[in-house]
Amino acid sequence: MTDAIETHGLAKRFGDTRALDGVDLRIRQGSVFGLLGPNGAGKTTTIRILATLLRPDAGTAMVLGHDVVRDARKVREKVSLTGQYASVDEDLTGHENLVLMGRLLGLSWRGAGARATELLEAFGLADAAGRQVQTYSGGMRRRIDIAASLVAIPEILFLDEPTTGLDPRSRSQVWELVRRIAAEGTTVLLTTQYLDEADRLAERLAVIDHGRVIAEGTSRDLKASVGSSALHLRLASADQRARAQELVSRVLGEAILPGSDPMSVTARLASPAQAAAVLAALTEDRVELAEFSVGNPSLDEVFFALTGRATETENSEGKP
Amino acid sequence: MTHPLVAMRARPHPASAPSAVATLAWRAMLKIKHVPFQLFDVTVMPIMFTLLFTYIFGGALAGSPREYIQYLLPGVLVQTIIFITVYTGMGLNTDIHKGLYDRFRSLPMWQPAPLLGALAGDLFRYSVASALILIMGLILGFRPQGGAVGVLLAVVLVMVFCFALSWCWIIIGMLVRTPESVMTTSFVFLMPLTFASNIFVDLKTMPGWLQEVVGRNPVTHLANASRGLMHGQPVGAEVAWVLAASAVVVIAASPVAMRMYRKER
Repeated sequence: MTDAIETHGLAKRFGDTRALDGVDLRIRQGSVFGLLGPNGAGKTTTIRILATLLRPDAGTAMVLGHDVVRDARKVREKVSLTGQYASVDEDLTGHENLVLMGRLLGLSWRGAGARATELLEAFGLADAAGRQVQTYSGGMRRRIDIAASLVAIPEILFLDEPTTGLDPRSRSQVWELVRRIAAEGTTVLLTTQYLDEADRLAERLAVIDHGRVIAEGTSRDLKASVGSSALHLRLASADQRARAQELVSRVLGEAILPGSDPMSVTARLASPAQAAAVLAALTEDRVELAEFSVGNPSLDEVFFALTGRATETENSEGKP
Repeated sequence: MTHPLVAMRARPHPASAPSAVATLAWRAMLKIKHVPFQLFDVTVMPIMFTLLFTYIFGGALAGSPREYIQYLLPGVLVQTIIFITVYTGMGLNTDIHKGLYDRFRSLPMWQPAPLLGALAGDLFRYSVASALILIMGLILGFRPQGGAVGVLLAVVLVMVFCFALSWCWIIIGMLVRTPESVMTTSFVFLMPLTFASNIFVDLKTMPGWLQEVVGRNPVTHLANASRGLMHGQPVGAEVAWVLAASAVVVIAASPVAMRMYRKER
């Protein structure tokens, strides 16, 4: 079977910025593939090249065996793109938007109307069918946007940060949709900044940073490199931070993760059970804690594990 | 949410070029239906212009408002429709920034369809504005000697010219960042173009050097042609000039616009 996507040395620069610096990807058909990375890593650029909206400066990209530059039209016949911003007409109603797509894809007026109704039903938007999209909530917009990409079922669906800015309930609705789309045979390539999202949806993922793929594999592979979970301590006073860090590294070894918050310490855990040992050591030494929690490693922590440095976008917004 | 998403396994054949253009023109109509305010400028501006100019300048320029409107009305039609062409660029700019054009560009359809569809929708707007101006004029005493046919030909000619002009705003719409700057940029060109013409006053009343400039303004030619057609005067040369100028603009601007449209952003 041809690969869904195969790229070699994909490069793209915008002015002085190297958006992509040699991206190699191989994605087989019928899977959900996650492209994970912070803002500005090159995720959107990669997707836009694959959806024929951008031309690479160097390298090749094949989508279902068609070159995205030379056979752009063939590629367009087989893929759909849902960009980061709702790419539907907000002045039109949900139903009208889907009819518009149906007509452009070659359905008859009647066929396009029926398909629109069916999709609105399937996406839980039947009640809002006759309302202008600008009155929709964030989650509804996202759904109508994804629906617009499925008027004719594509062989590959590109989803650029499908849940950014959504509330938790809308996020899980979108996740459910992605699973169903994939279950019906469409290959999904999604970008995300959230490790848990990639973890829940994607069988395989690639971590991208500064326009390069820095890790690729299953979510389990990735987690193994980071540790299964992360320990977060919040101290009662900043004075004790040095002492707390020393104790934690004594118990866990070289596992402290960097952070700019003087009140907190984050560390990698090989197993959640190690947390008890840390807690015991801290209590014995009378280090006062405001908070003690064990959670999933964040993208930050994955990044640190992979690159030895924190994500830049996150740090610039960090607390003093 | 139990409905299957896949009702159709095979993708249909993408729409033919004419069908895609027609569908996108339908979209433009729907926008007018949902946002009737879009027609506000189209309706209020021409009514205001006609009334103001007829009664304020009429007495001074032609002896009486009634006499002046015979001269003015075809020109106001030209000016109003030319102003409305800016909306083409603004609409396109909005679509680009909202990401809608990304979706269009990733569809397997004839690439110029979204631009031509928008232009087709604009022609509807031009027709509404033209009809209003003419009705207004007739009420105020405008009596075209060329009859209905002359008037119709004049309107068609104005539309041909404006269709050509719209391609320039499409280019601007892709160059600048916001719809507001499309408006500002376009008016830098439109103000001199329409006011330094013979829409409001006869060329003969201007100083010699200005006659040279105004006489070369395409809008002067269009105003002459539209006036002549409406009043049944022989203006074949002017009509030919306008058609030729429109053709030149389309031939020069549309490939540039298409290349920019297809280019990445």
